[in-house]
Amino acid sequence: MATTIDSPRAPYSVPRKRGVNWEKWGWIYMRASGVVLIVLIFGHLFVNLVMGDGVKGIDFAFVAGKWASPFWQVWDLLMLWLAFIHGGNGMRTIVNDYATRPLTRKILLGAILVSVVAEIILGTWVIFGFDPCPAGSPADVLPSFCPVV
Amino acid sequence: MTLVADAPASGPAPEAPIEAFTVTLIIRRFDPDVDEEPRWQDFDVQMFATDRILDALHKIKWEQDGSLTFRRSCAHGICGSDAMRINGRNRLACKTLIKDLDITKPIYVEAIKGLPLEKDLIVDMDPFFESFREVQPFLQSNTAPPKDKERIQSVADRARFDDTTKCILCAACTSSCPVFWTDGQYFGPAAIVNAHRFIFDSRDEAAQTRLDILNDKEGVWRCRTTFNCTDACPRGIQVTQAIAEVKQAIMRGKP
Repeated sequence: MATTIDSPRAPYSVPRKRGVNWEKWGWIYMRASGVVLIVLIFGHLFVNLVMGDGVKGIDFAFVAGKWASPFWQVWDLLMLWLAFIHGGNGMRTIVNDYATRPLTRKILLGAILVSVVAEIILGTWVIFGFDPCPAGSPADVLPSFCPVV
Repeated sequence: MTLVADAPASGPAPEAPIEAFTVTLIIRRFDPDVDEEPRWQDFDVQMFATDRILDALHKIKWEQDGSLTFRRSCAHGICGSDAMRINGRNRLACKTLIKDLDITKPIYVEAIKGLPLEKDLIVDMDPFFESFREVQPFLQSNTAPPKDKERIQSVADRARFDDTTKCILCAACTSSCPVFWTDGQYFGPAAIVNAHRFIFDSRDEAAQTRLDILNDKEGVWRCRTTFNCTDACPRGIQVTQAIAEVKQAIMRGKP
């Protein structure tokens, strides 16, 4: 005959940590951004290196022409942010796995954070603050839509 | 050997003596009373191809150096006492045959990594069992079973966790994990395997608690899918797959 006895002691309760579970979202981010980056990077490589004149077609005018379109601005911006955070998070996990001394770990993680933030700010600034028609440049290196001075 | 080549011709054809090989073992020794640092010591033993590394260790201990220290109990791959690093791979000494190793070179034997070394091939298993206990590896149910009956389970429900029931807690997987080597806080593959055993058991009712425990900073997200654990498991458990299933269960929010 089955009898039910009371729990011999208070049930174990996990101290729930408040806030966002960064490890879990980091893990999900790596997979999601990885899939998107495959499309973005291979699309980027195809458009820059294969289409049209291929690698020989890349010059100032080519880049300026691309960034004149909001489509390529968004494309490059997404690639920049996703790739840098993806790479930075990957480096962070490697440091966590292999740096044993707390000080080494702190220095390396700090260096990764600073470089990722700096590169993202710099890259975003370049994409949006880019002047396709700098004054005083010879017309043959500029994109065709620049006004003739 | 009792069979010799010059046996009487009238008898059955004499069997060729079984070929024995001289095998060199280089063992990482550590005696905490004497040594500051572990040291490598080599031994030559006569072995047959069908002998195991455990037999070689026995021969050394019984015939050459009685101070050699290692754990073993059943010697047949069930108790999980004699996991050690053999030629750089975590194996059970009692399941590793001489014929499967390249005996033209010395065989390196050392204690498993990532756990505190106590003596020769013996490590302190307490941290390993501590994280095993933390995942609550026992059936928890708040409801009584059907009257005068066991808790019935379908074949499909049982099959979900069949693989992870095979664990013998030898620590070969956990001590092969590079994340565990540098971060002893990580639960390690063996604890996750044993959590998997109960998380996916339809009779158990504490799956959510275990998923919360493993959804920790030092939980399943630290797994880098190196597959060292799957390679090391002497029971052939697909450890990395079990960890991935726990990750998916955490994302789903239910087993």
